Amino acid sequence: MTSMFRHMTTRGTPYLFLLPGLVILGALLSVPLYKVVEYSLYDNVIVEREPTFVGLDNYANLLSDSGFWSAGLNTIVFTVGSVLGHMVVGIGLALLVNADIAPRARTFFRSMLILPWIFTAVVVALNWQLLLNPFGLVNYVLQWLGLVSEPLDWLGNPDLAMWSLLLISTWRGYPFIMVSFLSGLQTVPKELYEAAEIDGAGFWHKFWHVTLPQLKPVIFGVALLDLIWTFQLFPLVWLSTGGGPGRATEVLSTLTFRLGFVDFQFAQAATVAVSILIISAAFTLLYLRNEARRL
Amino acid sequence: MASTGIQARMINEERQQRWRRFGIYAALTIVTIILVFPILWMISVSLKPTTETFSLPPRLLPEEFHWGGYAKVLSDPKFRTFLINSYIVGLAVTFLSLVIGTLAAFGFSRYRFFGDRVAKLFVITTQMVPTITLLIPYFGVIVFLGLYDTLWGLILTYLTFALPYSIVMMNGYLDTIPKDFDEAATIDGCSPLGVLVRVLLPVAVPGIISTAVYTFLLAWNEFLFALALTRSMEMRTVPVGISMMVGEFGLKWDEMMAFSVIGSLPVLVLFMLVQRFVVGGLSAGGVKG
Repeated sequence: MTSMFRHMTTRGTPYLFLLPGLVILGALLSVPLYKVVEYSLYDNVIVEREPTFVGLDNYANLLSDSGFWSAGLNTIVFTVGSVLGHMVVGIGLALLVNADIAPRARTFFRSMLILPWIFTAVVVALNWQLLLNPFGLVNYVLQWLGLVSEPLDWLGNPDLAMWSLLLISTWRGYPFIMVSFLSGLQTVPKELYEAAEIDGAGFWHKFWHVTLPQLKPVIFGVALLDLIWTFQLFPLVWLSTGGGPGRATEVLSTLTFRLGFVDFQFAQAATVAVSILIISAAFTLLYLRNEARRL
Repeated sequence: MASTGIQARMINEERQQRWRRFGIYAALTIVTIILVFPILWMISVSLKPTTETFSLPPRLLPEEFHWGGYAKVLSDPKFRTFLINSYIVGLAVTFLSLVIGTLAAFGFSRYRFFGDRVAKLFVITTQMVPTITLLIPYFGVIVFLGLYDTLWGLILTYLTFALPYSIVMMNGYLDTIPKDFDEAATIDGCSPLGVLVRVLLPVAVPGIISTAVYTFLLAWNEFLFALALTRSMEMRTVPVGISMMVGEFGLKWDEMMAFSVIGSLPVLVLFMLVQRFVVGGLSAGGVKG
């Protein structure tokens, strides 16, 4: 009896350790995911005690709404542009920091270059509103260099706002790529570089033929993560441009928030939220397939 | 003759290498100055009267240090409330997710059991669920539970991103500790919980610190839930407090930037103190930005 009991508790031990975490996570996710789909099938949810069931009407309305499609297009531009910006700047800086310099200098530059990442989005947005102001420093420098003849309203001009947003997003997000790539670089066997050097390979040759192929899985995983998180990013966009001017930088996340917490149309907001969920679920599956191989 | 030729080539190569290194330092210095400049400018503007915010030519160092923005912000009890709220939420979320997360991480790291891969994939997947998708139903549920406009509502909802992060990070860290440690203790009659608390945790201190610091940073910086799930001034956190200054004060850049500096200081100091641990751990976990 005792031995059987002991056997059972040993078998159950890992479940006991996991129980609190998995129960909390399960509850925090399953309830809202069920609810958000339910909301999207009703009208007047949350504000009315007895919402009306409307089936898929919200989805039909959404698909015929030009605002939804333009927000979708903006989301694609913002996500692809941001991820590209993060990758180029992040990988470039990782290579520079990883170059043959004194370890203390490396630590110093690395910690300085991570800084944009640790400020809250509000502070980032305020900083850039200040810099990109028509009377701000960016315009001053550009005029001094003779690149523009008169100050531009970077965040207030509908033709420029998305570019400005991409600049802000690149500044904010490159450190994650830099740090990930930097730690990936440490895993590349030194012999590969030595062999390439004996063959007379220069910097670019080594980068294209040793570093990139070796770090392909890392780059792929990190880029996907970045894509999934940028796709649903809310605070930076909302605080930098508020989706404006007009709807020039409205993305799906700011549209969701506006529908819910400005217009109080929570059912319509839930419908957009579900569409965000479906698209990011597709990318998540892609990411998990990549991760599952490593588990 | 041959040896002087080799010598000349070596000197040449050495010179080349020295130039290359100089080039790298120069490039790093210029790039770093440009990228850190927005932060320096924030500090600069916080120390200038608003009349000088946009004065030309711009100066990084103000002619005379103007402490008015800081004085105003520090003397206003409203800002103290924002800071206290952020500390309460940040510390509570960090504590809860660290305790619960470490228990789960121990289970994942030390046992093979039925469903372990699925459970691990579930934890990773939770990090991918769009925050904005969760917000709408959370709003409904939090109102229903009577937690709207309370710090409890924030602490509970912040666990959705803090907990998976803690589990993944601590799991990665515990995996680096050899299993011989626990086996020796188990033979000495230690229970599994005893092994975790008395044997593994003391060794895992760097991992715990980096997980704690980053969890705190995530909670401190969170904006969306804090904006939508609280309403009164008494329940606002630092990020929402700063964002509300914009509407309320119009363009008092000195005060806004002073509070931005003060509100960023706790995470900045923490991060700098432990960045040795944190930077290493970040990529191990995969971190929501």
